[in-house]
Amino acid sequence: MNSESLVLFFLLGVILVGGAILFSSFVAPKSWNPVKMEPYECGIPVKSGAWIQFNVGYYLFAIIYLIFDVETVFLFPWAVVMKDLGMTAFIEIIIFFFILALGLLYAWKKGALKWV
Amino acid sequence: MSFSIYDFTSLTQSVDQALKNSLSPTWALIIEMVIVGLIFLMFYALLGLFLVYAERKICAFIQNRLGPNRVGPLGLFQTIADLIKLLMKELIYIKQADKLLFNLAPFIVIIASFMAIAAIPFAKGLHAIDLNIGIFYIMAVSSLGVVGILLAGWSSNSKYSLIGAMRSGAQIISYELSVGLSLLSIVIFSGTMQISGIVESQADAWWIIKGHIPAIIAFLIFLIASTAETNRGPFDLAEAESELTAGFHTEYSGIKFAFFFLAEYMNMFIVAAIATTVFLGGWMPFHIPGLLSFNTVMDYIPPVVWFMGKTAFIIFIMMWFKWTFPRLRIDQLLKLEWKYLLPLNLINILVIAFVVLMGWYLH
Repeated sequence: MNSESLVLFFLLGVILVGGAILFSSFVAPKSWNPVKMEPYECGIPVKSGAWIQFNVGYYLFAIIYLIFDVETVFLFPWAVVMKDLGMTAFIEIIIFFFILALGLLYAWKKGALKWV
Repeated sequence: MSFSIYDFTSLTQSVDQALKNSLSPTWALIIEMVIVGLIFLMFYALLGLFLVYAERKICAFIQNRLGPNRVGPLGLFQTIADLIKLLMKELIYIKQADKLLFNLAPFIVIIASFMAIAAIPFAKGLHAIDLNIGIFYIMAVSSLGVVGILLAGWSSNSKYSLIGAMRSGAQIISYELSVGLSLLSIVIFSGTMQISGIVESQADAWWIIKGHIPAIIAFLIFLIASTAETNRGPFDLAEAESELTAGFHTEYSGIKFAFFFLAEYMNMFIVAAIATTVFLGGWMPFHIPGLLSFNTVMDYIPPVVWFMGKTAFIIFIMMWFKWTFPRLRIDQLLKLEWKYLLPLNLINILVIAFVVLMGWYLH
Protein backbone atom coordinates (compact mmCIF):
# COMPACT_ATOMS: atom_id res chain seq x y z
CA MET A 1 0.00 0.00 0.00
CA ASN A 2 1.05 3.56 -0.49
CA SER A 3 1.94 6.16 2.07
CA GLU A 4 -1.49 7.79 1.87
CA SER A 5 -2.83 4.72 3.64
CA LEU A 6 -1.23 6.12 6.80
CA VAL A 7 -4.55 7.92 7.11
CA LEU A 8 -6.10 4.47 7.54
CA PHE A 9 -3.97 3.72 10.58
CA PHE A 10 -4.77 7.11 12.03
CA LEU A 11 -8.46 6.35 11.57
CA LEU A 12 -8.08 2.88 13.10
CA GLY A 13 -6.80 4.46 16.30
CA VAL A 14 -9.65 6.94 16.35
CA ILE A 15 -12.21 4.20 15.69
CA LEU A 16 -10.85 1.85 18.34
CA VAL A 17 -10.64 4.44 21.12
CA GLY A 18 -13.74 6.38 20.11
CA GLY A 19 -15.82 3.23 19.68
CA ALA A 20 -14.80 1.78 23.00
CA ILE A 21 -15.43 5.02 24.88
CA LEU A 22 -18.81 5.40 23.18
CA PHE A 23 -19.76 1.81 24.02
CA SER A 24 -18.55 2.26 27.57
CA SER A 25 -20.59 5.43 27.99
CA PHE A 26 -23.73 3.39 27.23
CA VAL A 27 -23.07 0.39 29.46
CA ALA A 28 -21.14 2.00 32.30
CA PRO A 29 -22.99 3.31 35.34
CA LYS A 30 -23.06 7.03 36.03
CA SER A 31 -23.41 8.65 39.38
CA TRP A 32 -22.64 12.18 40.46
CA ASN A 33 -20.80 13.04 43.60
CA PRO A 34 -18.82 16.23 44.32
CA VAL A 35 -16.04 14.37 46.13
CA LYS A 36 -15.61 11.84 43.36
CA MET A 37 -14.88 14.61 40.87
CA GLU A 38 -11.90 15.88 42.80
CA PRO A 39 -8.39 14.85 41.82
CA TYR A 40 -6.85 12.14 43.98
CA GLU A 41 -4.74 13.30 46.90
CA CYS A 42 -4.60 10.35 49.28
CA GLY A 43 -8.09 11.12 50.53
CA ILE A 44 -7.34 14.50 52.10
CA PRO A 45 -9.17 17.61 50.82
CA VAL A 46 -7.53 18.95 47.66
CA LYS A 47 -5.34 22.01 48.13
CA SER A 48 -5.22 24.16 44.97
CA GLY A 49 -4.63 22.74 41.49
CA ALA A 50 -1.57 21.30 39.86
CA TRP A 51 -1.14 23.99 37.21
CA ILE A 52 1.73 25.75 38.88
CA GLN A 53 5.25 26.89 38.05
CA PHE A 54 7.38 23.79 37.71
CA ASN A 55 10.98 22.85 38.43
CA VAL A 56 13.24 23.93 35.58
CA GLY A 57 15.31 20.73 35.91
CA TYR A 58 13.17 18.90 33.38
CA TYR A 59 13.31 21.71 30.83
CA LEU A 60 17.10 21.81 30.72
CA PHE A 61 17.11 18.19 29.61
CA ALA A 62 14.49 19.01 27.02
CA ILE A 63 16.69 21.76 25.57
CA ILE A 64 19.78 19.53 25.37
CA TYR A 65 17.60 16.83 23.85
CA LEU A 66 16.49 19.25 21.15
CA ILE A 67 20.11 19.83 20.07
CA PHE A 68 20.85 16.13 19.89
CA ASP A 69 17.61 15.27 18.18
CA VAL A 70 18.26 17.75 15.37
CA GLU A 71 21.72 16.21 15.12
CA THR A 72 20.13 12.76 14.69
CA VAL A 73 18.13 14.14 11.79
CA PHE A 74 21.41 15.23 10.17
CA LEU A 75 23.03 11.86 10.87
CA PHE A 76 20.43 9.69 9.16
CA PRO A 77 21.09 10.88 5.58
CA TRP A 78 24.81 10.61 6.33
CA ALA A 79 24.37 7.02 7.49
CA VAL A 80 22.61 6.06 4.26
CA VAL A 81 25.40 7.33 2.00
CA MET A 82 28.28 6.47 4.33
CA LYS A 83 29.28 3.36 2.36
CA ASP A 84 29.40 5.20 -0.96
CA LEU A 85 31.24 8.31 0.18
CA GLY A 86 33.85 6.38 2.17
CA MET A 87 36.73 8.34 3.70
CA THR A 88 35.24 11.80 3.05
CA ALA A 89 32.12 10.96 5.03
CA PHE A 90 34.18 9.47 7.85
CA ILE A 91 36.38 12.55 8.27
CA GLU A 92 33.39 14.87 8.10
CA ILE A 93 31.51 12.94 10.76
CA ILE A 94 34.56 13.06 13.05
CA ILE A 95 34.53 16.87 12.78
CA PHE A 96 30.76 16.89 13.32
CA PHE A 97 31.02 14.67 16.39
CA PHE A 98 33.91 16.73 17.75
CA ILE A 99 31.78 19.88 17.75
CA LEU A 100 28.89 17.91 19.22
CA ALA A 101 31.01 16.39 21.94
CA LEU A 102 32.24 19.87 22.86
CA GLY A 103 28.60 20.87 23.33
CA LEU A 104 27.88 17.87 25.51
CA LEU A 105 31.05 18.49 27.55
CA TYR A 106 30.06 22.13 28.02
CA ALA A 107 26.62 21.13 29.29
CA TRP A 108 28.24 18.51 31.51
CA LYS A 109 30.73 20.97 33.03
CA LYS A 110 28.01 23.59 33.53
CA GLY A 111 26.12 21.03 35.58
CA ALA A 112 23.15 20.87 33.22
CA LEU A 113 23.21 17.08 33.35
CA LYS A 114 23.11 17.02 37.13
CA TRP A 115 19.78 16.46 38.75
CA VAL A 116 18.78 19.30 41.04
CA MET B 1 16.40 -17.74 -2.55
CA SER B 2 14.02 -20.42 -1.43
CA PHE B 3 11.40 -18.27 0.26
CA SER B 4 8.98 -18.49 -2.62
CA ILE B 5 6.45 -20.69 -0.82
CA TYR B 6 6.13 -18.13 1.96
CA ASP B 7 6.14 -15.03 -0.22
CA PHE B 8 3.08 -12.90 0.39
CA THR B 9 3.81 -10.35 -2.33
CA SER B 10 2.04 -12.32 -5.06
CA LEU B 11 -0.96 -12.98 -2.80
CA THR B 12 -1.48 -9.33 -1.92
CA GLN B 13 -0.87 -8.26 -5.49
CA SER B 14 -3.40 -10.73 -6.88
CA VAL B 15 -6.02 -9.57 -4.38
CA ASP B 16 -5.22 -6.00 -5.39
CA GLN B 17 -5.53 -6.85 -9.10
CA ALA B 18 -8.79 -8.76 -8.64
CA LEU B 19 -10.35 -5.84 -6.81
CA LYS B 20 -9.12 -3.30 -9.34
CA ASN B 21 -10.46 -5.38 -12.24
CA SER B 22 -13.93 -5.80 -10.83
CA LEU B 23 -14.44 -2.40 -9.23
CA SER B 24 -13.68 1.25 -9.83
CA PRO B 25 -10.31 2.40 -8.37
CA THR B 26 -11.92 4.37 -5.55
CA TRP B 27 -14.02 1.43 -4.37
CA ALA B 28 -11.12 -0.97 -4.72
CA LEU B 29 -9.05 1.30 -2.51
CA ILE B 30 -11.83 1.60 0.06
CA ILE B 31 -12.36 -2.17 0.21
CA GLU B 32 -8.64 -2.79 0.51
CA MET B 33 -8.46 -0.30 3.34
CA VAL B 34 -11.39 -1.93 5.12
CA ILE B 35 -9.78 -5.37 4.81
CA VAL B 36 -6.40 -4.17 6.03
CA GLY B 37 -8.06 -2.14 8.78
CA LEU B 38 -10.05 -5.10 10.07
CA ILE B 39 -7.00 -7.36 10.03
CA PHE B 40 -4.93 -4.85 11.96
CA LEU B 41 -7.71 -4.14 14.47
CA MET B 42 -8.06 -7.87 15.16
CA PHE B 43 -4.31 -8.33 15.35
CA TYR B 44 -3.97 -5.36 17.69
CA ALA B 45 -6.70 -6.52 20.02
CA LEU B 46 -5.52 -10.14 20.12
CA LEU B 47 -1.92 -9.11 20.66
CA GLY B 48 -2.92 -6.77 23.49
CA LEU B 49 -4.93 -9.52 25.19
CA PHE B 50 -2.14 -12.04 24.77
CA LEU B 51 0.63 -9.72 25.98
CA VAL B 52 -1.24 -8.80 29.16
CA TYR B 53 -1.82 -12.49 29.86
CA ALA B 54 1.82 -13.33 29.10
CA GLU B 55 3.08 -10.60 31.40
CA ARG B 56 0.91 -11.81 34.27
CA LYS B 57 1.98 -15.40 33.80
CA ILE B 58 5.67 -14.55 33.50
CA CYS B 59 5.47 -12.23 36.49
CA ALA B 60 3.79 -15.00 38.47
CA PHE B 61 6.42 -17.49 37.35
CA ILE B 62 9.26 -15.20 38.44
CA GLN B 63 7.59 -14.51 41.78
CA ASN B 64 6.83 -18.20 42.32
CA ARG B 65 3.06 -17.78 42.10
CA LEU B 66 0.43 -19.38 39.88
CA GLY B 67 -0.87 -16.27 38.14
CA PRO B 68 -4.31 -16.14 36.49
CA ASN B 69 -5.73 -19.68 36.33
CA ARG B 70 -9.48 -19.44 37.00
CA VAL B 71 -11.15 -17.98 33.91
CA GLY B 72 -10.93 -20.44 31.04
CA PRO B 73 -8.21 -23.04 30.52
CA LEU B 74 -4.98 -21.90 32.20
CA GLY B 75 -6.65 -18.55 32.84
CA LEU B 76 -6.49 -17.68 29.14
CA PHE B 77 -9.76 -15.72 29.24
CA GLN B 78 -8.73 -13.66 32.26
CA THR B 79 -7.76 -10.66 30.11
CA ILE B 80 -11.07 -10.80 28.24
CA ALA B 81 -12.90 -10.82 31.56
CA ASP B 82 -10.81 -7.86 32.69
CA LEU B 83 -11.60 -6.03 29.46
CA ILE B 84 -15.35 -6.55 29.96
CA LYS B 85 -15.01 -5.35 33.55
CA LEU B 86 -13.15 -2.21 32.46
CA LEU B 87 -15.78 -1.48 29.80
CA MET B 88 -18.49 -1.57 32.47
CA LYS B 89 -16.70 0.80 34.83
CA GLU B 90 -17.73 4.41 35.20
CA LEU B 91 -15.67 7.01 33.33
CA ILE B 92 -14.94 9.51 36.07
CA TYR B 93 -14.37 13.13 35.07
CA ILE B 94 -12.36 15.52 37.17
CA LYS B 95 -14.14 18.80 37.74
CA GLN B 96 -11.02 20.97 37.45
CA ALA B 97 -9.55 19.01 34.55
CA ASP B 98 -9.10 20.32 31.04
CA LYS B 99 -11.93 18.34 29.42
CA LEU B 100 -10.73 18.43 25.82
CA LEU B 101 -7.13 17.43 26.49
CA PHE B 102 -8.18 14.91 29.13
CA ASN B 103 -10.29 13.08 26.55
CA LEU B 104 -7.77 13.57 23.74
CA ALA B 105 -4.82 11.93 25.53
CA PRO B 106 -5.87 8.24 25.17
CA PHE B 107 -6.50 8.84 21.46
CA ILE B 108 -2.97 10.14 20.94
CA VAL B 109 -1.19 7.26 22.66
CA ILE B 110 -3.21 4.65 20.75
CA ILE B 111 -2.91 6.43 17.38
CA ALA B 112 0.86 6.70 17.83
CA SER B 113 1.15 2.95 18.40
CA PHE B 114 -1.15 2.16 15.47
CA MET B 115 0.87 4.31 13.10
CA ALA B 116 4.09 2.67 14.22
CA ILE B 117 2.68 -0.82 13.75
CA ALA B 118 1.83 0.07 10.15
CA ALA B 119 5.49 -0.03 9.13
CA ILE B 120 6.44 -3.34 10.73
CA PRO B 121 7.20 -6.19 8.29
CA PHE B 122 5.77 -9.53 9.45
CA ALA B 123 6.94 -11.49 6.42
CA LYS B 124 7.99 -10.86 2.84
CA GLY B 125 5.25 -8.72 1.35
CA LEU B 126 3.27 -8.83 4.59
CA HIS B 127 3.59 -5.25 5.74
CA ALA B 128 1.07 -2.45 5.44
CA ILE B 129 3.43 0.33 4.36
CA ASP B 130 7.00 0.03 3.18
CA LEU B 131 8.25 3.60 3.29
CA ASN B 132 11.71 4.40 1.98
CA ILE B 133 12.42 6.16 5.28
CA GLY B 134 10.86 3.35 7.34
CA ILE B 135 13.17 3.40 10.37
CA PHE B 136 13.02 7.16 10.59
CA TYR B 137 9.24 7.08 10.29
CA ILE B 138 8.88 4.55 13.12
CA MET B 139 11.11 6.68 15.35
CA ALA B 140 9.05 9.75 14.53
CA VAL B 141 5.61 8.29 15.18
CA SER B 142 6.52 6.18 18.19
CA SER B 143 7.78 9.30 19.93
CA LEU B 144 4.36 10.94 19.43
CA GLY B 145 3.13 8.83 22.34
CA VAL B 146 4.92 11.08 24.80
CA VAL B 147 2.62 13.94 23.76
CA GLY B 148 -0.34 11.84 24.90
CA ILE B 149 1.35 11.06 28.20
CA LEU B 150 2.24 14.70 28.84
CA LEU B 151 -1.30 15.80 27.96
CA ALA B 152 -2.81 13.13 30.21
CA GLY B 153 -0.68 14.17 33.13
CA TRP B 154 -1.10 17.88 32.74
CA SER B 155 -4.81 17.97 31.93
CA SER B 156 -5.77 15.86 34.95
CA ASN B 157 -4.90 18.81 37.22
CA SER B 158 -3.60 16.38 39.81
CA LYS B 159 -0.17 16.59 41.40
CA TYR B 160 0.64 12.91 41.02
CA SER B 161 -0.29 13.00 37.36
CA LEU B 162 1.76 16.10 36.69
CA ILE B 163 4.90 14.74 38.36
CA GLY B 164 4.47 11.41 36.56
CA ALA B 165 4.02 13.10 33.19
CA MET B 166 7.01 15.40 33.66
CA ARG B 167 9.24 12.51 34.62
CA SER B 168 7.95 10.51 31.70
CA GLY B 169 8.62 13.39 29.33
CA ALA B 170 12.20 13.85 30.56
CA GLN B 171 12.78 10.11 30.41
CA ILE B 172 11.30 9.42 27.00
CA ILE B 173 13.00 12.30 25.23
CA SER B 174 16.34 11.40 26.82
CA TYR B 175 16.23 7.74 25.88
CA GLU B 176 14.90 8.45 22.44
CA LEU B 177 18.36 9.72 21.52
CA SER B 178 19.88 6.38 22.36
CA VAL B 179 17.16 4.52 20.47
CA GLY B 180 17.71 6.68 17.41
CA LEU B 181 21.50 6.47 17.48
CA SER B 182 21.57 2.71 17.98
CA LEU B 183 19.21 2.25 15.02
CA LEU B 184 21.45 4.62 13.09
CA SER B 185 24.37 2.24 13.53
CA ILE B 186 22.54 -0.44 11.58
CA VAL B 187 21.55 2.08 8.93
CA ILE B 188 25.29 2.67 8.43
CA PHE B 189 25.79 -1.07 7.98
CA SER B 190 22.90 -1.67 5.62
CA GLY B 191 23.01 1.68 3.81
CA THR B 192 19.23 2.05 3.64
CA MET B 193 16.41 3.28 5.83
CA GLN B 194 13.77 1.22 4.05
CA ILE B 195 12.67 -1.56 6.38
CA SER B 196 12.35 -4.19 3.67
CA GLY B 197 15.84 -3.23 2.49
CA ILE B 198 17.27 -3.66 5.97
CA VAL B 199 15.65 -7.10 6.24
CA GLU B 200 16.92 -8.11 2.77
CA SER B 201 20.45 -7.11 3.75
CA GLN B 202 20.34 -9.78 6.46
CA ALA B 203 19.56 -12.69 4.15
CA ASP B 204 22.96 -14.31 4.68
CA ALA B 205 23.30 -13.53 8.38
CA TRP B 206 21.72 -11.18 10.90
CA TRP B 207 23.35 -7.82 11.60
CA ILE B 208 24.06 -8.76 15.17
CA ILE B 209 26.25 -11.55 13.82
CA LYS B 210 27.62 -9.76 10.76
CA GLY B 211 28.38 -6.58 12.67
CA HIS B 212 29.96 -8.46 15.61
CA ILE B 213 31.08 -6.32 18.60
CA PRO B 214 29.82 -2.84 17.62
CA ALA B 215 26.47 -4.28 16.53
CA ILE B 216 26.12 -6.14 19.82
CA ILE B 217 26.88 -2.93 21.73
CA ALA B 218 24.26 -1.11 19.66
CA PHE B 219 21.76 -3.90 20.31
CA LEU B 220 22.31 -3.75 24.07
CA ILE B 221 21.96 0.04 24.06
CA PHE B 222 18.77 -0.30 22.04
CA LEU B 223 17.40 -2.88 24.48
CA ILE B 224 18.06 -0.66 27.51
CA ALA B 225 16.89 2.55 25.85
CA SER B 226 13.74 1.06 24.38
CA THR B 227 12.78 -0.42 27.75
CA ALA B 228 13.09 3.08 29.15
CA GLU B 229 11.26 4.63 26.23
CA THR B 230 8.23 2.41 26.77
CA ASN B 231 8.13 3.37 30.48
CA ARG B 232 8.72 -0.19 31.51
CA GLY B 233 10.83 -2.35 33.69
CA PRO B 234 13.25 -0.68 36.06
CA PHE B 235 12.49 2.61 34.31
CA ASP B 236 8.77 2.89 35.13
CA LEU B 237 9.18 6.12 37.07
CA ALA B 238 6.26 7.71 35.28
CA GLU B 239 3.88 5.39 37.11
CA ALA B 240 5.93 4.50 40.15
CA GLU B 241 3.05 3.12 42.17
CA SER B 242 4.83 3.28 45.53
CA GLU B 243 5.28 7.04 45.32
CA LEU B 244 2.98 8.40 42.59
CA THR B 245 -0.14 6.19 42.89
CA ALA B 246 -0.26 5.54 39.13
CA GLY B 247 1.62 8.50 37.69
CA PHE B 248 0.19 10.14 34.62
CA HIS B 249 -2.98 7.99 34.49
CA THR B 250 -3.96 8.38 38.16
CA GLU B 251 -7.19 10.18 37.27
CA TYR B 252 -8.24 7.91 34.41
CA SER B 253 -10.80 5.20 35.01
CA GLY B 254 -12.55 2.45 33.11
CA ILE B 255 -11.77 1.99 29.45
CA LYS B 256 -9.67 5.14 29.19
CA PHE B 257 -7.25 3.70 31.71
CA ALA B 258 -7.31 0.45 29.74
CA PHE B 259 -6.04 2.29 26.66
CA PHE B 260 -2.99 3.64 28.47
CA PHE B 261 -2.39 0.13 29.72
CA LEU B 262 -2.84 -1.33 26.25
CA ALA B 263 -0.59 1.30 24.67
CA GLU B 264 2.21 0.31 27.03
CA TYR B 265 2.03 -3.29 25.85
CA MET B 266 1.72 -2.35 22.20
CA ASN B 267 4.73 -0.07 22.48
CA MET B 268 6.63 -2.95 23.98
CA PHE B 269 5.67 -5.08 20.99
CA ILE B 270 6.68 -2.31 18.59
CA VAL B 271 10.15 -1.82 20.06
CA ALA B 272 10.66 -5.59 20.21
CA ALA B 273 9.59 -5.84 16.58
CA ILE B 274 12.00 -3.06 15.60
CA ALA B 275 14.83 -4.76 17.47
CA THR B 276 13.96 -7.97 15.63
CA THR B 277 13.80 -6.26 12.25
CA VAL B 278 16.97 -4.27 12.61
CA PHE B 279 19.30 -6.44 14.65
CA LEU B 280 17.93 -9.98 14.50
CA GLY B 281 17.11 -10.24 10.83
CA GLY B 282 13.35 -9.60 10.88
CA TRP B 283 11.57 -12.53 9.26
CA MET B 284 14.84 -13.96 7.88
CA PRO B 285 15.56 -17.49 9.13
CA PHE B 286 18.71 -18.23 11.09
CA HIS B 287 21.44 -19.01 8.60
CA ILE B 288 25.00 -20.15 9.10
CA PRO B 289 27.04 -19.23 6.02
CA GLY B 290 28.36 -22.42 4.41
CA LEU B 291 26.03 -24.95 6.02
CA LEU B 292 23.68 -25.46 3.09
CA SER B 293 21.56 -28.31 4.48
CA PHE B 294 21.04 -26.55 7.81
CA ASN B 295 19.99 -23.38 6.02
CA THR B 296 17.50 -25.28 3.86
CA VAL B 297 15.86 -26.82 6.93
CA MET B 298 15.62 -23.38 8.51
CA ASP B 299 13.98 -22.02 5.36
CA TYR B 300 11.00 -24.36 5.85
CA ILE B 301 9.96 -22.58 9.04
CA PRO B 302 7.57 -19.82 7.92
CA PRO B 303 8.95 -16.26 8.19
CA VAL B 304 5.99 -15.16 10.30
CA VAL B 305 6.99 -17.75 12.89
CA TRP B 306 10.56 -16.51 12.82
CA PHE B 307 9.46 -12.92 13.20
CA MET B 308 6.97 -13.51 16.01
CA GLY B 309 9.33 -15.92 17.75
CA LYS B 310 12.19 -13.44 17.85
CA THR B 311 9.84 -10.64 18.89
CA ALA B 312 8.41 -12.81 21.67
CA PHE B 313 11.93 -13.57 22.85
CA ILE B 314 12.76 -9.86 23.16
CA ILE B 315 9.43 -9.17 24.86
CA PHE B 316 10.25 -11.93 27.32
CA ILE B 317 13.62 -10.31 28.07
CA MET B 318 11.90 -6.97 28.67
CA MET B 319 9.41 -8.61 31.04
CA TRP B 320 12.29 -10.34 32.77
CA PHE B 321 13.93 -6.91 33.26
CA LYS B 322 10.80 -5.53 34.82
CA TRP B 323 10.38 -8.28 37.39
CA THR B 324 14.06 -8.59 38.27
CA PHE B 325 15.59 -5.14 38.64
CA PRO B 326 14.63 -2.54 41.27
CA ARG B 327 13.36 0.79 40.01
CA LEU B 328 15.91 3.54 39.34
CA ARG B 329 15.71 7.03 40.78
CA ILE B 330 15.14 9.87 38.31
CA ASP B 331 18.67 11.25 38.76
CA GLN B 332 20.19 7.80 38.23
CA LEU B 333 18.01 7.37 35.17
CA LEU B 334 19.10 10.61 33.54
CA LYS B 335 22.73 10.00 34.53
CA LEU B 336 22.65 6.59 32.89
CA GLU B 337 21.46 8.09 29.64
CA TRP B 338 23.39 11.34 29.39
CA LYS B 339 26.69 10.31 30.98
CA TYR B 340 26.99 6.68 29.93
CA LEU B 341 24.73 5.57 27.08
CA LEU B 342 24.93 8.70 24.93
CA PRO B 343 28.76 9.08 24.88
CA LEU B 344 29.11 5.33 24.43
CA ASN B 345 26.66 5.46 21.57
CA LEU B 346 28.47 8.32 19.83
CA ILE B 347 31.79 6.49 20.09
CA ASN B 348 30.14 3.29 18.88
CA ILE B 349 28.85 5.07 15.78
CA LEU B 350 32.36 6.28 14.96
CA VAL B 351 33.65 2.73 15.47
CA ILE B 352 30.95 1.37 13.17
CA ALA B 353 31.74 3.98 10.53
CA PHE B 354 35.38 2.93 10.74
CA VAL B 355 34.51 -0.77 10.58
CA VAL B 356 32.35 -0.18 7.51
CA LEU B 357 35.09 1.91 5.94
CA MET B 358 37.69 -0.81 6.43
CA GLY B 359 35.23 -3.56 5.52
CA TRP B 360 35.80 -5.43 8.79
CA TYR B 361 32.37 -7.03 8.79
CA LEU B 362 30.77 -9.97 7.01
CA HIS B 363 29.52 -8.94 3.57
